[in-house]
Amino acid sequence: MTTLQLAVRNLRAAGIHTWLNAFALSLAFVAIIFGQGLLEGVNRQAEQASIAFEFGDGQFWHKQYDPYDPLTIDNAHAPIPEELKPLLNSGAAMPILIIPGSVYFAGKMLPVLIKGIPADQKVLKIPSAMLTDTTKDLPVLLGQQMAKTAGAGVGDYLTIQWRDARGAFDARQARVVGIMHTSVSTIDQGQVWLPLNKLWELTTMAGQATLITVKKKPIPVPALPDWDFRSLDFLLADLRTMIKTKTVGQSIMFIVLFLLAMLAIFDTQVFSIFRRRREIGMLIALGLTRAQVIAMFTFEGALYGVLATLLGTIYGTPLFIYLSARGISFPGSAQWGFALQERMYPVYPLSLILGTTLLVLITATFVSWLPTRRIARLKPTDALRGKGI
Amino acid sequence: MKKLLFLALLTGITPPDGNLLLEKIDKNISGTTRRLVAEMRIVRKRGTRTLRVRSYVKGDSAFTEYLAPEREKGTKLLKLGKDLWIYTPESDRTIRISGHMLRQSVSGSDLSYEDMLEETRLKDAYTASTIGADSLNGRPVWVLELTARKPDIAYQKRRLWVDGERHIVLKEERYSRTGKLLKTTAVLETKLFDGRWVATRATFRDMLRANGENESLPGTEFTVEEVQFDAPTPPGLFSRSSLRR
Repeated sequence: MTTLQLAVRNLRAAGIHTWLNAFALSLAFVAIIFGQGLLEGVNRQAEQASIAFEFGDGQFWHKQYDPYDPLTIDNAHAPIPEELKPLLNSGAAMPILIIPGSVYFAGKMLPVLIKGIPADQKVLKIPSAMLTDTTKDLPVLLGQQMAKTAGAGVGDYLTIQWRDARGAFDARQARVVGIMHTSVSTIDQGQVWLPLNKLWELTTMAGQATLITVKKKPIPVPALPDWDFRSLDFLLADLRTMIKTKTVGQSIMFIVLFLLAMLAIFDTQVFSIFRRRREIGMLIALGLTRAQVIAMFTFEGALYGVLATLLGTIYGTPLFIYLSARGISFPGSAQWGFALQERMYPVYPLSLILGTTLLVLITATFVSWLPTRRIARLKPTDALRGKGI
Repeated sequence: MKKLLFLALLTGITPPDGNLLLEKIDKNISGTTRRLVAEMRIVRKRGTRTLRVRSYVKGDSAFTEYLAPEREKGTKLLKLGKDLWIYTPESDRTIRISGHMLRQSVSGSDLSYEDMLEETRLKDAYTASTIGADSLNGRPVWVLELTARKPDIAYQKRRLWVDGERHIVLKEERYSRTGKLLKTTAVLETKLFDGRWVATRATFRDMLRANGENESLPGTEFTVEEVQFDAPTPPGLFSRSSLRR
């Protein structure tokens, strides 16, 4: 009988203990795949939403524009460079002008960024077509979070105040023509969207822009003196960093869960070796080498990993399929700081499943081997008398 | 204008030259230095807050220290030309107020930090024409319409109700470039200090804010307790280092 067969026989003999250990390990296995899959799904959804609503395939930023430095916004605009006009005319790019201002509504004053966007643009998914308002009112588009903060709805009149190109105050009433539903809070909170041509007129900044978003990154990227091209990697870097920090936090939880499952296997092994020391002595006396006995116990532990993988696959597969099809609802996810939708759809790449399976198998084997090292120092005579361990 | 001509014909009083009147207003309000202690009462529907401040003004520099309430005590504001800094004792930090922060209101009042940076010498910033005569607080006043001399002046139009004898503004309206009323000031009381007439109680209203729940509220009331012109200022007061002292 081979050591593997012996290991299988021993596991079967252990009955419910074996299944409890395997189940505990399978929970960790499923939880890791679920959690990582959820983060992967969130990551992809957030990136896709940011690209669709905010970044396109990259942006030209005015040299002074820094979204994290409100002090630069006042001066971060310049005439649209001639080199980019063919892209703009073909609809492959569109300019956005950003100026600071304030919104007054129902006695509240909110500092905002006033953003001008061409109403007919097709580069981003921002519903700018709503700004093609035929009435004499100045149309304004709000994001859902901004509308909630201001307490305004479609048809309400807001007063918008700004300073024109030279610094003089101006103010106009604007009618909310639409509420934009987007998970990208960076185009929503603290911002109002106006038709670009109107904003040019109101601010006496005709033909100027703060950033120019492209549908497809131009190759080669033209070198422009007042403008820098920001690639998707650059624009998505913050989002990726934020998700990475969430991943680190989640990993700690997984490590704890995993350690608990491993502790269960380790304990079982230690107890098993202690309880079966006469059997160990007998096996050595019958001619098995110490290495073969160690291998038998290690196989037993490794088989917990195999069983856990099988168990996890049995109940995890339908669960994962269901969740990735139906998504998971996270109310209030818009406040998480990056583009999250109300429903999140986990994604389970093959590399994640294979990697986690391998991790479970290797760790279970290693943890099973650790307590067996004592067997190498064991004298068969001591073992037969129930001593030595 | 018709009213003005009628008044002139009736009384024989010639309407004063608006620019000359502006010069006199500037002269009345400006001194080498000005020190004042005042109370700012901010009335909102959710409650009333009262702040007590001590200010020093010299040319286009100003230093303000909050004396009360306890929570705000020690907060200091420094204006040097077009730059503004705020120091808060709880954080022990000095922050330069610029960009979007300038648009925020000062301690929830109807005044924004931007208003504090406004050109104080009217004559330098505006040309004035006398457009009418009126009466306010029992005093005869001239109504002046001010037009900004340069396009970079924050308020391109202003309307002033000026006491022609005392050279003090009793009412003011500030307008946007396109003529929207943005801010109003109404002087409720005046007093003579060292031979100059000073507004000792006035209300400021941000008219864009004065709707909805704030519509019937008076806005921000400013009461001057003490004024001293040409008073000596503590050495080094108009410097950033004075904020942390």
